[in-house]
Amino acid sequence: MAESVSSDASTDGAEGETRRDFLYLAAGAMGVAAVAGIAWPLFDQMNPSADVLALASAEIDLSPIELGQRVTAKWRGKPVFIDHRGPEVIEKARDVEVEDLPDPEPDAARVQKPEWLILVGICTHLGCVPFGQKDSDPRGDYGGWFCPCHGSHYDTSGRIRKGPAPRNLEVPEYIFLDDTTIRIG
Amino acid sequence: MGVPRVALFLAAAIGLAVALAGAALAGVARAAEEVELKEHDWAHAGVFSSFDPAQLRRGFQVYTEVCAVCHSMQYLAFRNLMEIGFSEDEVKELAADYVVIDGPDNEGEMFERDARPSDYFPSPFPNENAARYANNGAFPLDLSLIIKAREDGLDYVYSLLTGFEEEPPEGFELPEDFELADGMYFNRYFPGHQIAMPQPLYDDFVEYEDGTVASIDQMSEDVTVFLDWIAEPKSDERKKIGLRVLIFLAVFSALMYAVKVHVWSKLH
Amino acid sequence: MGFANSQNKIIRWVEYRLPVLKWLDAQLIDYPTPKNLNYWWNFGSLAGVMLVVQIVTGIVLAMHYMPHGDYAFDSVEHIMRDVSWGWLLRYLHSNGGSMFFAVVYIHIFRGLYYGSYKAPREILWWFGLIILFLMMMTAFLGYVLPWGQMSFWAATVITSMFSAIPWVGDELVVWLWGGYSVDSPTLTRFYSLHYLFPFLIVGVVFVHLWALHVHGSNSPLGIDIKRPDQDKIPFHPYYTVKDLFGMMVMFFILAVFVFYLPNMLGEVINYEKANPLVTPPHIVPEWYFLPFYAILRAVPDKLGGVIAMGASISIFFVLPWLDVSKVRSAKFRPIYRQFFWIFLGDCIVLGIVGANPPEGTWLLMGRLATAYYFLHLLVIIPLIGKFEKPRPVPEGIGEPVLKDAGAPAKEG
Repeated sequence: MAESVSSDASTDGAEGETRRDFLYLAAGAMGVAAVAGIAWPLFDQMNPSADVLALASAEIDLSPIELGQRVTAKWRGKPVFIDHRGPEVIEKARDVEVEDLPDPEPDAARVQKPEWLILVGICTHLGCVPFGQKDSDPRGDYGGWFCPCHGSHYDTSGRIRKGPAPRNLEVPEYIFLDDTTIRIG
Repeated sequence: MGVPRVALFLAAAIGLAVALAGAALAGVARAAEEVELKEHDWAHAGVFSSFDPAQLRRGFQVYTEVCAVCHSMQYLAFRNLMEIGFSEDEVKELAADYVVIDGPDNEGEMFERDARPSDYFPSPFPNENAARYANNGAFPLDLSLIIKAREDGLDYVYSLLTGFEEEPPEGFELPEDFELADGMYFNRYFPGHQIAMPQPLYDDFVEYEDGTVASIDQMSEDVTVFLDWIAEPKSDERKKIGLRVLIFLAVFSALMYAVKVHVWSKLH
Repeated sequence: MGFANSQNKIIRWVEYRLPVLKWLDAQLIDYPTPKNLNYWWNFGSLAGVMLVVQIVTGIVLAMHYMPHGDYAFDSVEHIMRDVSWGWLLRYLHSNGGSMFFAVVYIHIFRGLYYGSYKAPREILWWFGLIILFLMMMTAFLGYVLPWGQMSFWAATVITSMFSAIPWVGDELVVWLWGGYSVDSPTLTRFYSLHYLFPFLIVGVVFVHLWALHVHGSNSPLGIDIKRPDQDKIPFHPYYTVKDLFGMMVMFFILAVFVFYLPNMLGEVINYEKANPLVTPPHIVPEWYFLPFYAILRAVPDKLGGVIAMGASISIFFVLPWLDVSKVRSAKFRPIYRQFFWIFLGDCIVLGIVGANPPEGTWLLMGRLATAYYFLHLLVIIPLIGKFEKPRPVPEGIGEPVLKDAGAPAKEG
């Protein structure tokens, strides 16, 4: 092996060295580009596919939901709580000292129309689905929802009042398309 | 050493690949011998060309107004139409003209509702048996992949659509014992020359929004191109990216060859 | 070269306990390689690259594919239409299989031409054949997964071959199918095995390389290298850059297929969903199985055909003993060299016959070509080995031919 492998410096002139450096740099750069070009599709293929993205927003017709009724819809694989709140319930949600809450937020900031409360039905503690959608369910000490996993109590605005959950129930992004239709997402 | 060797090596590798591919295709070429298909000039099929959105729109119109009466297209979602130039509102409006089955609702019943962009194009029949029952025992195939599922798919579908005649023409070589069965139609290009589908297209059968004259040839070409698109909606993207990849790899190969020569030149 | 001699404390700590860098240096960097290897020696590493391509694309495809009769075909179309880059990954995988076989077949014929199977490389050769066998199993299992018409009927035809086995054949086939015909249970188990086998191949590849590195690469001269200081060069950088160049050329050819002829090597009828009630008029395997398919059909007896097909590959296990010539490279074997090309031509003829229906001239050609295939391996090769007078072989690379045993070697 010894005879054949001579060091660059002894055989190549300065010109040869420049040429060598250029070749190696160019090849290295193209190699990096090639690896990046292959890596991206391999990474991107795990993102939501086109058919999943097409279902990323859902339109919900609110007209069949009666006053006082709570309905669960499915959106992006998660439950969405829709609560058609009556005047007393709304009053109860507004009648709190906001600053005293664990996650202070006035009811007005959590609804677009006071009679429609829209929530992602997932406890902010560890991801369970709280009870309270059915009339027979336990609704906790504040008349909203109660998470059976670790005992979090939510009020009629979906705010955390008692228990380990750190935040209020999430309000998803939604808009009213007309008086009785919303689009979530 | 050097270029001639590499050239020889490349020629050998490519030659072998072609020989093997040719061998594989030899068997297939034989299958399609019977009647020579019309060789149509497909403007979108070239390496550098792409689909014409206006033509795809016309083809979609022919499909919905004619073919869709019997043929399903299970892989076409309404949202896909946005890829061929329909706006989101157009797609919503179009989808709302169709009814799909959803459910079960809170009472456990399936219900009908207007289709949404995320829905798939509804089939004309609920299942294959229903389709056969309604079509004299014949099954109108799903058309989502028909171009890819037939040898020379573009020419085949185009020839078939334009290959209907009342009677076998004079001098046309028919198989022995050929007899047009009841409810069957003569088609020059269909294997066996009789087909359960009646001639689907006649001049001015549809009225194109863009004013194109709806001749049988024009409609056949348009719907064939549309079928080619739905058979592989990503083919334009594939060709476009392919060109870049090939240029990149050609340059990279040449560069690696230079590096190789340079490294080996150190060897005495 | 060598990172193994690094003074970095962490590297030294690891190296003292597990000298992995030292091992890599020895196997990939300093590894002494004959300096005269031609481009046909690229194909081993290219095969390794293709194995990696297949495993990587396969793993990501498995994230979207569903191995169930009701969903498999739809899930493949889902990959083609909705999954980001799904079309690219699937076409890379399907055409990559063809590229893998093309590269491996060239690699095998290179070994046949230069006598790479001869002592002391018999075990190396065996493990290569085991890799080929595993590849064929994997390719067949994988071809079933899209669950198109050709997938289904290929699975039916190939698994039915096992029914040729006396006494237990029928029960065996039912066991393979998990039912009374090829159906969803068959598909699901084929998927499981298709995922497993490539990793077995990886294991055997390591044994293949281990065996290779014991005596080193054969060379176009086919000689034992007695003076490594003159005739061998370190693997890096010489063969690493040469292999990288070959890799780019291979990727270019693969890209031509993936982007512009993605379905050329496939069967159109596989874009129709599997239908157990309708058999397509022509059942043809993928191109890389055509020669074996021709041999299967050349024998008029069912069991005989299956045995002939099995023998056509397994016979290569004893090739090192069928070929008794002491000279390895066909370069110095004027008679063998001609028969090598005839044998290659015979294999291509078998491939063409395999693509055509077994009738008339094709059947006759298939039988003649099959007969010659075995004649070459079982009769011609031993006879040539015995009677051929090889040309004189040089002592070392780049040295004059050794006229007689007493000729002095050139000082280097």
